[in-house]
Amino acid sequence: MRIALFITCLNDAMFPKAGIATVTLLERLGHQVHFPQEQTCCGQMHANSGYAVAARQLEQLTSSVFGGADAIVSPSGSCVAHLRAHTALPVYELSELLVDVLGVTEVGARFAHRVTYHPTCHGLRLLRLGDKPLRLLRAVEGLELVELPDADQCCGFGGTFALKNSGVSGAMLDDKCANAAETGAEYLAAADNSCLAHIGGGLARRPGAPKPIHYAEILAS
Amino acid sequence: MTGGGAPMSELLHRFAERAGDYRADVRLCSQAELPGVLSGLLGKEVVLPQGVPPEWVAGLATIVDDGLSPADLDRPQLSVLTGCAVAIAQTGTLVLDGGPGQGRRLLTLVPDHHVCVVFAHQIVADVPDMFTALPDPTRPLTMISGPSATSDIELNRVEGVHGPRRLDIVCVIDK
Amino acid sequence: MTGSAQPRRVVALGMPRHATGPLAAPITAPEPFADAAARKLKDTQLRANLGHATRTIRDKRAAVVAEVDDWEALRDRAAAVKDDVIARLPELLARFASAATAAGATVHHAADAQQANDIVLGLVQAEQADRVVKVKSMTTQEIGLNEVLEAAGIAAIETDLAELIVQLAHDKPSHILVPAIHYNRSQIRDLFALRMPGFAADSDDPAQLAGAARRYLREQFLSAQVGVCGANFAVAETGSLVIVESEGNGRMCLTLPRTLIAVVGIEKLVPHMADLGDFLRLLPRSSTGERMNPYTSIFTGVTPGDGPQQLHIVLLDNGRGAVAADPVGKQALRCIRCSACLNVCPVYERVGGHAYGSVYPGPIGAILSPQLTGQQAGHNRSLPYASTLCGACYDVCPVKINIPEILVHLRQTGPKPLAERQLMSALSWVMRDRRRWKAALRAARAGSAPLRLMTRRRGHTLRRAPWPLSAWTAHRDAPLPAQESFRDWWRRTHE
Repeated sequence: MRIALFITCLNDAMFPKAGIATVTLLERLGHQVHFPQEQTCCGQMHANSGYAVAARQLEQLTSSVFGGADAIVSPSGSCVAHLRAHTALPVYELSELLVDVLGVTEVGARFAHRVTYHPTCHGLRLLRLGDKPLRLLRAVEGLELVELPDADQCCGFGGTFALKNSGVSGAMLDDKCANAAETGAEYLAAADNSCLAHIGGGLARRPGAPKPIHYAEILAS
Repeated sequence: MTGGGAPMSELLHRFAERAGDYRADVRLCSQAELPGVLSGLLGKEVVLPQGVPPEWVAGLATIVDDGLSPADLDRPQLSVLTGCAVAIAQTGTLVLDGGPGQGRRLLTLVPDHHVCVVFAHQIVADVPDMFTALPDPTRPLTMISGPSATSDIELNRVEGVHGPRRLDIVCVIDK
Repeated sequence: MTGSAQPRRVVALGMPRHATGPLAAPITAPEPFADAAARKLKDTQLRANLGHATRTIRDKRAAVVAEVDDWEALRDRAAAVKDDVIARLPELLARFASAATAAGATVHHAADAQQANDIVLGLVQAEQADRVVKVKSMTTQEIGLNEVLEAAGIAAIETDLAELIVQLAHDKPSHILVPAIHYNRSQIRDLFALRMPGFAADSDDPAQLAGAARRYLREQFLSAQVGVCGANFAVAETGSLVIVESEGNGRMCLTLPRTLIAVVGIEKLVPHMADLGDFLRLLPRSSTGERMNPYTSIFTGVTPGDGPQQLHIVLLDNGRGAVAADPVGKQALRCIRCSACLNVCPVYERVGGHAYGSVYPGPIGAILSPQLTGQQAGHNRSLPYASTLCGACYDVCPVKINIPEILVHLRQTGPKPLAERQLMSALSWVMRDRRRWKAALRAARAGSAPLRLMTRRRGHTLRRAPWPLSAWTAHRDAPLPAQESFRDWWRRTHE
């Protein structure tokens, strides 16, 4: 299957590993990935920060760049949720593409580590990913999946919320990091690098806490 | 005829269980057993609304409401005995509509002890059924689910703030 | 019953307008949410109380909601009923007024808080009452009725235990359902000892404290001439009002005083009595986490020989008409004030209700207050930002108000700081063209190269950054741009 990749602006600039992993994984499964060079940003940040006009422009840009694609994959739950709500694009979060479209849960990965998973609010409540990412992770050879206490609680990122209400965001982050540390996991995985940048930034200040990782990187290993 | 032999309908069973969940004391009996059960529950002073069948309280000293003042009703030993219009199984709720045997709203509010008789045929499944079962929903309706309660202090449930602190429900299994 | 009475002519709603003026204060944040929240965050006792309370109610709610097989269908139906009401407000208000009048009530219309307070004050003064007993009512808090009555020398006695606690403390409610959740038992005992006439209790056992309130309030109930209430629902076809409560204080106020005054927001309408079936299944489960609350009163006009012989119903707009005219924001008028959204909100859980600066706190407050007053009022424009858009509130809302959608809508239609507008505009200009985007990536990479070197032992995260990014690094390390962007990797490996 020929699959278009929407990398997202954040992954492109800061976390290319998630995109590289997505490409590696899909190619390993025998699919052809293509990357439309004109893409930039889906408009989510502008929309949620209150900038409707800019958001519409970026949504339209993304729509035209990906127009005609049969399937678009993106390693970012919140961007997928935004595009699904505001465009007609056939866009899938990675676990949706793998489990629902391609019918795969066993992706041939090996990752011999203790991992806990944060489901992220957009994955949980907007995309209703359910246990799709967990099914993929459980099938990874050597991986020990441990439950994250209060996993459904928001990590406190919320885009500009992390700046505008920095203290409240920090308090939520503290709880998320404490729960992550309690699992004794080596890695905290999630399907969204925006949340992970925030959680990872908190975990970096806790010696011995899990390291943040996009779950695509685990599936590609 | 007696409670022991009759198969309890599912609604009655559920109503009794759910009313009990909200700390009402629930008893089941037959029609014949009703006066005995009531005399065991009621105190020395019993107020009745008009329309309570006299055979329920044969031999008991009762006062029938003829415009009692709130102060008359605000006495510690007083019990009030009523029937109800409908009862709701799913939520363990009594519904009073001021009809015969139910009386004015303050009768079941000011006294500290309320004993309510429910007949099995009065029990409906869930809240929406109540509105079809009531003869006239524009009468003053009071829905009662357990004794009054508050959780306002550290979320600790305390029973009996302003309404009756004790609620006894007697379910009568129909003949 | 005065069936022959002519229904009062319903005043035309006219141009929808916001709640304004000094009497909009109870729903107007006096300072930015972020400032108030930062202060509240330091109150560790408050956070512990809130954490315990919200978690307890949240779990209870989840258990009783799980019992209902058709919960989602219930939510859909209730939302549809409320949407229909919002679309037909003038018609249903007229129907309600005429039915209530026919049943013996007197119906008044108030465009704003000022008018409502004037009407209520006039009615109480006409009764020559020096005090009123009150059922807990968000609507009377919204219009600041107690303060207006007090200023006229009339004591407004809150009879809900939590509201009484808050009133005796000269404080404000911090939660819609459990307004005194920020007090613990020993604080309440001290407060009662100080301010409750005749208080005598040697312990701070909640049962003893509740008993003291019972004794104190019973005197008030038995002697009060006027009761004041709100309503959870108002039935258009019959003119009936519905009051949902737990303690019995509501029933006392609704049955003992000679005169009852109900202040009812116009969005409380439902078309038919039968509609209550769904709402009475949704509300207690969503609110207290009970299958049913201890007491619900449904009454229609005046009943001879039973309860108040004078019933006044004040139908309040106070900005609701303006909300109804907003295609996205109007969903907020579906709200039945259950407070389920507060209990699941991670922001509310950490700062409590006072941070929202309005009698309507939490997620619902963040969309309701700025809509009722308009975003220009006070600092209400900061409220739509008091959320991470996590969506937990939408999931539990019994009438399916898409709170995140309205928050975003309010952000998009509200005022924003100039510097932020310029930054966002520059960012979107860069992002609208891939060449500019590529150049920006390259510049960011080059600019951060020295930092990458400095932070390589920490995994390339930055511990301290200058303003405005210091708001980020105050609580977490900041990531640095990657050494090679994804698109550069792609070109290197795939082209």
